Formats: sequence, structure tokens, C-alpha cells
Amino acid sequence: MHTAVRTSLPETELAGRAHFAPHARVAREERQEERRARTTSLPLSIRALRKSFGDNEVLRGIDLHIPAGQFVAIVGKSGCGKSTLLRLLAGLDKIDAGSIGFGQDIQPEDIRVMFQEPRLLPWARVLGNVEVGLGRDRASGDAHARAEKALSEVGLADKRDQWPSVLSGGQKQRVALARALVSRPRVLALDEPLGALDALTRISMQRLLERVWRDQGFTAILVTHDVAEAVALADRVLVIEDGRIAHDVTVNAARPRQRGSAELAGLEGSILSHLLSADDRT
Amino acid sequence: MSLIDSISLPRGVRLPRVDGLIQWIVPLAIIAIWQVASVTGFVPTRVLPAPSDVLLAGWKLLLSGELVRNIWVSFWRASIGFLIGGSVGFAFGLANGLSQLSAKLTDTTLQMVRNVPHLALIPLVILWFGIDESAKLFLVALGVFFPIYLNTLHGIRTVDPQLIEMGRIYGMTDGELFRRVIFPGALPSIFVGIRFALGIMWLTLIVAETIAASSGLGYMAMQAREFMLIDVVVLSILIYALLGKLADSASRVLERATLSWHPAFQKR
Repeated sequence: MHTAVRTSLPETELAGRAHFAPHARVAREERQEERRARTTSLPLSIRALRKSFGDNEVLRGIDLHIPAGQFVAIVGKSGCGKSTLLRLLAGLDKIDAGSIGFGQDIQPEDIRVMFQEPRLLPWARVLGNVEVGLGRDRASGDAHARAEKALSEVGLADKRDQWPSVLSGGQKQRVALARALVSRPRVLALDEPLGALDALTRISMQRLLERVWRDQGFTAILVTHDVAEAVALADRVLVIEDGRIAHDVTVNAARPRQRGSAELAGLEGSILSHLLSADDRT
Repeated sequence: MSLIDSISLPRGVRLPRVDGLIQWIVPLAIIAIWQVASVTGFVPTRVLPAPSDVLLAGWKLLLSGELVRNIWVSFWRASIGFLIGGSVGFAFGLANGLSQLSAKLTDTTLQMVRNVPHLALIPLVILWFGIDESAKLFLVALGVFFPIYLNTLHGIRTVDPQLIEMGRIYGMTDGELFRRVIFPGALPSIFVGIRFALGIMWLTLIVAETIAASSGLGYMAMQAREFMLIDVVVLSILIYALLGKLADSASRVLERATLSWHPAFQKR
């Protein structure tokens, strides 16, 4: 139970040292290696998961194992239950039947969620918004330093004293990402976080997401309606139909991935045809 | 209110020095025209005395100390009444905004009472309290209560539920959630309530003082009417206008200080 909290504590000390190192690049690589080893991402085991809203059964028995550190994308038509699944994983809604296990006891800070809307507090400065993500550690002495570090990881260190209302949509979403990451989560659940962004911003956000995931090595679960986004980011794409997992596609392309490559395009095509054929059947 | 103000001001043409003076052009022009009309005899002084006469009457009253005393009495009544009615309204707004039980218990009753014009209670209030201070305080407090209650309640109920969910996910306790999410979110609406309440505060006080008082601005105006001192009557009315403007400015300063995050208050 304590290990989860402990892993994130010496982080800033380490970053501080790296910052003053003469060969910053080498130090950065070392730091990443160390972090990857230390941030223990969590595996997920889902057994016979069911959820209904009234008479409407949204999830009809989901069985799924996600190894620690995997990047999983969940796609499906709207109303197929993919967002519901994510909310259950994140503990936002109660499950009706079945179980979700993480293999060990977890802290609330271990699982973070990012939504389609940034959900920033308009009355708190950018840095204050990131500090919200520290949860119970908010009052600790290094809260400021940790928030600043998370902000610079998303490239917004110079915006720390701005109000959220002056930021662009992409910048707001980056602040939301910094807030989600500041507590060094072991699972990050993403509910169409890039859905409201324009195409270019979306691509740069996808790169950022891939980079922080590789740096920090958490388990990532991304719900999206964009199949291209799913194959560009994920190790594995799950297609949900009628409340069940209909297809489980592994994406083996090397990282960092080449957007628009024939390999990804082929995968995207086959997943899309899965989705569309389901459409024809109904 | 503040929203309309900010929209009607064209942002592009801001002349920093002159800007603060622009709003005074119309009042000053009215006074100038009024002075000319009185001096030339176009408006008989029995109907409306010249601004200079009003000023002179004010000066005399100021020297005798009567003006300061009456303004002070009225100001005191207004503030105490506002504080009492405002805090009770705020407390009910909070309780009913945060607790379903409390809302079910009291909201219907309060909505019924709200539909009684509080000035209609003056005869009853005089019977209860006579014409001493408590009568005026009661009326002001009652008048101020409803705008603050309604707007606090509205503010709390319209706080973005997504932000509240976010706060819960990030482990905020109930107290933190209130301090960091609900209260700041309700604040713009609460200020709308305060500005409405300030208007009602003066209105109630003046009416109450005109009908049943032995001191204060309203009483001063009524006394002057008895002795046909029209310049003092006009003076009292102008002082109301000034005090009203002052209260409004004070609430704006407070609004600016606490809502600097709000896009409507971000100028520079």
C-alpha cells in the first residue's frame, strides 16, 4: 500500500539534480530509465463486468486483461458502452456485477482520468490547477515544485501564472494532462481527451501523450472514436459492440510511429470495416 | 448586469485618461442645463430650485451638522439592515443550494413570502415595532434577503457538475470542494444578488424613513416638505442618487478584486 506513494517522492530531488547536470541530455536519459524502472504501472483484470442504466444494459459481460504499462485504445460506435467502461475502471461509477482488479491495493492517486473537457477551475491559475492533481499531497512542501515540473513536461512552464480562460483549447488540455500526471499515476484513463481539438493540435497532443507515456510508463486506456488515433497510439485496440468486446487487435508497429504509414493505414482500414460491418448487421 | 456593461463598452477605443471622465459628461450637462433654466426663469424656483440653491442649502445643513447626522443615521441603518438580511439570505441560499432536505423544507415557504411586497408590511411593522430603529432594520433586512437568497441559491445550483466531479476524483474533501469549487463558482451570481440588494436597500430605507422616522435622510426630506423647503427636498433626492452610486461602486470594486479570473473582468 505504501509503495505507491513512495515511488513518487524522490522524483523531484532527482529532477533537481538532473537540471544542474552539465550533460543535461545524458542526465535526462538516465532519469527516464530510472523512472521507467521505478514507476510501477498496474495491470488490470476485468471479469464478467456488467453495467445497466435502468433497463438499458450497457455492458454485457466484459472479460479483459491489460498487462502493466500497456497502451490500450477502446473504439466503438457512440453508445456502445466504451465511456461507461472507462468510468467503471476509474471508479467514477459503481459496477453492477463482475470485478475489476489491479493485482494489489491502490491509492486514489494511482488512477487518474482525463476527460474530453479540460475541467480546469477557471478561478485558479494554471499552476494552482495542476496542484489540484496532487490530491492529498497538495499541502506538502514540494507541491509547488512538483506542479511546476509537471507543467514543464507538457511544455507550458511559462503559462504557470495565467488564468485558464486565456489559454487555447489545446493548451487547456495540456494543463489537464499535467494535472493528471502530477501525482505520477500508475493508470491513466483518457475519455476522448482530444475529441474537441482541431486536427493539427490533436496530432501534436497525440505525440505528447505518446512521449509522456513512454517516459513514465503508466498503463494507458484511451477511449476514442477516431480509429486513426487509436492505431497511432495504442499497443492494442479493442472494438466494443453491444456491450461486449467484439475484436481485440494488436498493433505491433515500432515507436515512435510514422503517421500515415501503410502498416497503420491497413490496420485502421480493417478496424473500420469491423465497425462498419457491425453497422450493416443492425 | 456586469456582463452587459462589459459588452456595451467598445474595447478597441479606450482613452485611458478621459475614460473615467466620460461617464460624468451627461450628469454635468444636465446640471448645467438645469442651472441655466432656473436662472433664466424658464423653470420657476417653486417647482425646481437652481442647483446652486440646492448646493447652498446643503452647505447650510452641513454647517449645522444636521446633514452629516442624518446621512450617518441612514447609512448606519442601511448597513446594519443589509448585513442582517444579507447574511441570513446567504445562509439560506447556501443551505438550500447544498442540501436537498433543507431546500425541500424551506424553499416553498420562502418563495411564498417573496411574493408579498415587503413594503406592504409597513403598517404591520409599525404596529409591531413602533417607529424606532428595529422597524427600519427589519424592513431593510427583509428587502435585502430575497435577492441575496435567490442569487446565492442559483449560483450554487449552477456550478458546473463536471467541475464538482473533477474535484471529487482528485480527492477533495467536502470542505475543500466548497472552498475551491462551489463557492468560487457561485460568486459571480452572488454579486448580482448583492447589487440588486443594494438597490432595494436604499429604496426600502427611504420609504421607511419617509413614513415612520424621526431622523435620517427620508425624515429630513419629509420635514423640509412640511416647511416648503424645496431646495432641501431636492438635496435629499440628490444625496440618495449619490449614495446609491457609491454603494454600487463599492460592490464593483469588490467584484473586480474577487472575480479577476472572469473573462468579463480581464481588460489589460
